[in-house]
Amino acid sequence: MFTIIKKTDIDFIGKRKQFFMISLIFVAIGLIALVQISRGSGNLGIDFSGGAALQLKFDQPIEINAARKALESGGLKNATLQEISSDNKLIIRLKKREISGENIRGKVKDIFSTAFSGNNFIVESSTEIGPTIGKKLQGDAINAIIFSLVLIITYIAFRFEFRFGIAAAIATFHDVFVVLGFFFLMDKEISLLLVTALLTVAGYSLNDTVVVFDRIRENLKSRKKETFGEVINRSINDNLSRTVITSMTTFLAVVALFLFGGEVIHDFALAVLLGVVVGTYSSWFIASSLLVTWQQKRIEIKTKKRVLKKAS
Amino acid sequence: MKKSIKGRLLTLIALLVIAIFFLLPSTSIYSKLPAWWGDVFPSKGVSLGLDLKGGMHLVLEVEVEKAVDNAIERMASTLKGALERKEVEGLSIKVTDRLIYLSFPSDKTEVVKETLDEEFPNLVTEEESGGEKVLAFREAEKNRILTTSTLQALETIRNRVDEFGVAEPLIQKQGDKQILVQLPGIDDPERAMELIGKTALLEFKLLNENSPLLRDFPGRIEEGKEQEFLDLFKDRLDENDEILFERMTNTETGEVTKSPHIVTKTAALAGDLLSDARVSIGEFNAPYVSITFDNEGATLFEQITQKNVQRRLAIVLDGNIYSSPRIQEKISGGRAQISGTFTHQEASDLAIILRAGALPAPVKVLQNVTVGPSLGSDSIRKGWISGFISMLLVIAFMVIYYRFSGLLAVTAMAINIILLVGALATLNATLTLPGIAGIILSIGMAVDANVLILERIREELRAGRPVRMAIDAGYEKAFTSIFDSNVTTLITAIALITFGTGPIRGFAVTLGLGIAINLFTALVATKVVYDYLNGRKRLETLSI
Repeated sequence: MFTIIKKTDIDFIGKRKQFFMISLIFVAIGLIALVQISRGSGNLGIDFSGGAALQLKFDQPIEINAARKALESGGLKNATLQEISSDNKLIIRLKKREISGENIRGKVKDIFSTAFSGNNFIVESSTEIGPTIGKKLQGDAINAIIFSLVLIITYIAFRFEFRFGIAAAIATFHDVFVVLGFFFLMDKEISLLLVTALLTVAGYSLNDTVVVFDRIRENLKSRKKETFGEVINRSINDNLSRTVITSMTTFLAVVALFLFGGEVIHDFALAVLLGVVVGTYSSWFIASSLLVTWQQKRIEIKTKKRVLKKAS
Repeated sequence: MKKSIKGRLLTLIALLVIAIFFLLPSTSIYSKLPAWWGDVFPSKGVSLGLDLKGGMHLVLEVEVEKAVDNAIERMASTLKGALERKEVEGLSIKVTDRLIYLSFPSDKTEVVKETLDEEFPNLVTEEESGGEKVLAFREAEKNRILTTSTLQALETIRNRVDEFGVAEPLIQKQGDKQILVQLPGIDDPERAMELIGKTALLEFKLLNENSPLLRDFPGRIEEGKEQEFLDLFKDRLDENDEILFERMTNTETGEVTKSPHIVTKTAALAGDLLSDARVSIGEFNAPYVSITFDNEGATLFEQITQKNVQRRLAIVLDGNIYSSPRIQEKISGGRAQISGTFTHQEASDLAIILRAGALPAPVKVLQNVTVGPSLGSDSIRKGWISGFISMLLVIAFMVIYYRFSGLLAVTAMAINIILLVGALATLNATLTLPGIAGIILSIGMAVDANVLILERIREELRAGRPVRMAIDAGYEKAFTSIFDSNVTTLITAIALITFGTGPIRGFAVTLGLGIAINLFTALVATKVVYDYLNGRKRLETLSI
């Protein structure tokens, strides 16, 4: 047998307070990102904010500053430009207020064919989205998240226990917020595709958490003599090699997507890669540790009640 | 036991064969198969989304409120025509806020009432006094226009697209007043947009050449200065008149100017009375559009031209004057022509639009996504490459780590992919780029179920159990994990399919299917192989 991870006995829950602190900081960043995004600041993709995006492919390399100048003198100020220099591609993004009611595709074509007359290009793709659609897409995304969350908590509460459902939900939120916070900090575009990626992360993270929980459920039945914390530690250790191997295979699959999938899918893959790492971390240090904290609190409350009863 | 192994193996093979049959049309092998194949076996494969094959995706909103405004305007001018035919002189008709203000000589009250009752059942009198009436649409008529104008716009757009000639267009209503238009493989999106988005309201309006304002009119103004010009004159303009512009292109310099004209607000004749529109070539090889009216239109046109000989009649499309020829004599036969500075293609597109008819109201573009074919094929290629590399990496890892059992797991993964793509083909699903991402992700996750099982079997082996028992126990114990974890992911996928739109949905469909098939292969396909091996000879060792 070829093994990466031998039988282990790592104390995962011992340092949970420290891990909670670290996670809290990351989640806080994610929350700030969410607030900023819902206020409309942050690098919102045009599918949410409304606006236009065009992708041009030139025959020869194009100087990004010259492109910006050409657009400005053509009346398109505040365009966000992104260059994919390996393919001579240029992505132009315009927010909605810059383009009210214009034929933006024709305008950009005119600007570039006059300013760079020696450098032929084709418009590979163009997207124009009105603000009302953006609102609808935003609403749809939020509905999807709330709906799936409620269903998942219900399912886990039904298959396991209520607190497992809550712990899994918190861990999932944790992962989504960490990835979102990262994208916000890196000033990457918050688009519909990123939302898809975040939902994938949520799905993956849950998947991982449930596998660990399943082992906890099994061990709680067979190891009645051990404390709750010991059982949880044992369960994570039992599952360690599976978790690592699954994370690794998924990671490998997505790395290929990240490296070779092309510009459209690039950020999507990045978010999922990050999510795989964070999701693995959270099943160990957040979801399982939360169960221990919950158990302790429950015992504390019970004893308090008992003390109170005795006193009265 | 042996019998059930045979049964399961046969089911698995049968499923695979079915999947492959459904898959075939999506591959390049299909074109090499004999012709009868398509008649007997499935001929429709996975269709590619617009992001992969290129094309145009439009979401339009019909401004239905404007349809009511337009309808009342038209109703007013029809009413005017009807009353004039009954020789009611000294009429004045005005439309404001969806109300028709009608004034007429009071001795004609009976005639007006009769005409309204007989010919205009959709109008209701709101107020009246001697020689004056205020009319409005009945509530039912207004609602009918509101609800039918989207459908009417849909029909018109469908006609235009059909005439334009696009393979497999998708045109459907979405919600109350939105229309989704998908045109695969369009190579001139700007032209397509012109064809679809134009309201194409054709009207004939008489020029008012006696207005005192004309003395102050310049011959032409710069393009883009129209609003400024209108503001300058709006206070002095007669309330029955309006200013419209004719676009003039200097054929030598290409410079565009606008020439202002004063026309009557009410159209003398509208384009809904057309029966045909064709491109013709006139002098100097200049294309124009010749139109033919239907019977009613032809009669009206004859009357108008007869009554207004020597006046100029403007041909107005969507509020822009195309030409304003002087009427030389009565025109019978119901033919007219629209000339202007067209290219041949513009003229033929205009003919298409006129034949298909006007939209009941203007449409607003909510979403316009256009992907060129080169980007599409680029995405497909990159999708395949990264999918292939993903698979190689995973296969290498699994075989090195788990040896023979890893190979089994990888085989299961391959079966998985075949079944998944087969299922997509069976459902006639549309594959998009996020869909490919979903497939690749499920490659990663397909392995998970097998890893869970193999790790459990290893545990049992370490605990000293014989191979056969270890396999059974491994499967049994891994089952709940696999089941619960897949069901939760499946729930997410279903939520996304239900509420998601566009790319999210495409992704969720492949992920959801991938997971469902995952469950099947992990719990049935590999197990049957172990059982089979075990049945042939007692397994003493297991390469794991």
